[in-house]
Amino acid sequence: MDKKAKSALIDPLFNNNPIALQVLGICSALAVTTKMETAVVMSLALTAVLVLSNLTISLIRDWIPSSIRIIVQLTIIASLVILADQVLKAFVFDVAKQLSVFVGLIITNCIVMGRAEAFAMANRPFLSIIDGLGNSLGYSMVLIIVAFFRELLGSGKLFGVTILPVVTEGGWYNPNGLMVMSPSAFFLIGLGIWALRAWKTDQVEEN
Amino acid sequence: MLEHYLSLAAKAIFVENMALAFFLGMCSFLAVSKKVSTAIGLGFAVIFVLTLCVPINQLVINNLLKEGALAWISPDFATVDLSFLSLLAQIGTIAALVQLVEMTLDRYFPALYNALGVFLPLIAVNCAILGTSLFMEQRDYTFGEASVFGFSSGIGWMLAVVALAAIREKMRYSNVPPGLRGLGITFIVTGLMALGFLAFSGIQL
Repeated sequence: MDKKAKSALIDPLFNNNPIALQVLGICSALAVTTKMETAVVMSLALTAVLVLSNLTISLIRDWIPSSIRIIVQLTIIASLVILADQVLKAFVFDVAKQLSVFVGLIITNCIVMGRAEAFAMANRPFLSIIDGLGNSLGYSMVLIIVAFFRELLGSGKLFGVTILPVVTEGGWYNPNGLMVMSPSAFFLIGLGIWALRAWKTDQVEEN
Repeated sequence: MLEHYLSLAAKAIFVENMALAFFLGMCSFLAVSKKVSTAIGLGFAVIFVLTLCVPINQLVINNLLKEGALAWISPDFATVDLSFLSLLAQIGTIAALVQLVEMTLDRYFPALYNALGVFLPLIAVNCAILGTSLFMEQRDYTFGEASVFGFSSGIGWMLAVVALAAIREKMRYSNVPPGLRGLGITFIVTGLMALGFLAFSGIQL
């Protein structure tokens, strides 16, 4: 793998994370992270959509007139999301139900649109696939870290398996109810960004 | 009947606030909340588009896409189920509507058009719009409920974004730790606001 492909894959993890630095795709990142299961399924769905949309758009990039490119991109993405939605409903119906509208919202997830516009429109298909993969990894990483803390501290479980036995079931752990509610997602991502920027100080913003 | 609509509106504005409880429209929420005036501009644009597009999508879904909805054309179509197209139809309606609104405002209300500026086209990809529309579909709202729901969701979103912008304007004078500056502290402040809005949960009119 040459250098360019490698940086397209690795950079979005820490140096150019879609959520922590590019501020893309935050809506879904926060909403589906109450449980590991939904976070992982959502990450897989986004990975599939992002890689395929980057590939498709990169393949036909020379034939898309620039005046209607947004509509073309939106149609391609929407069709892929419908596919993902139908697949989820067919094979993991319970999780699809918990994800509710957020699978559909991948259409307006700015990561997909943003990478299509910023990368796939200007690069070869292979590189675009790598870029899609890298950005999904960066997104999935944040999602899974947040979901890990929210499920573990909020209900003492991981993937529905009890890790910390809670008091109501005769254990010792008193679950933190805040963790299953929406504010904790904001706090966790905020603290995550703090940690990342304490390490990568070049990402610090002006006040 | 009126009480039903009122309680639906109160729920959409405070209890199930699109931005703070469902995290919808976060990208533009974080991007435009630096100044109160731009936040108000975008807030109005969101209310405007939501009020129009949620009821229109309700009509499209119930009269064209649902199973048996096409029966009014001919009884042969009574078994046609196009609901798998609803995602595409809704995003299409939203994009078309934003375009239409933009052209109408440009032609008849240039002052408002200039005030909203670049925010109008951006709304097409604001997930608060599509999200509200999808919630409407999921909860099977009637036309009246959909209109109230769309309008009050917009109000709730605007309330949240203007409040955050006001806080961020004041925060410019505080000494935030370097790593938290910008995005990090905005997340924490939004979290605290969401915590405040949790106090509304359980309210029923």
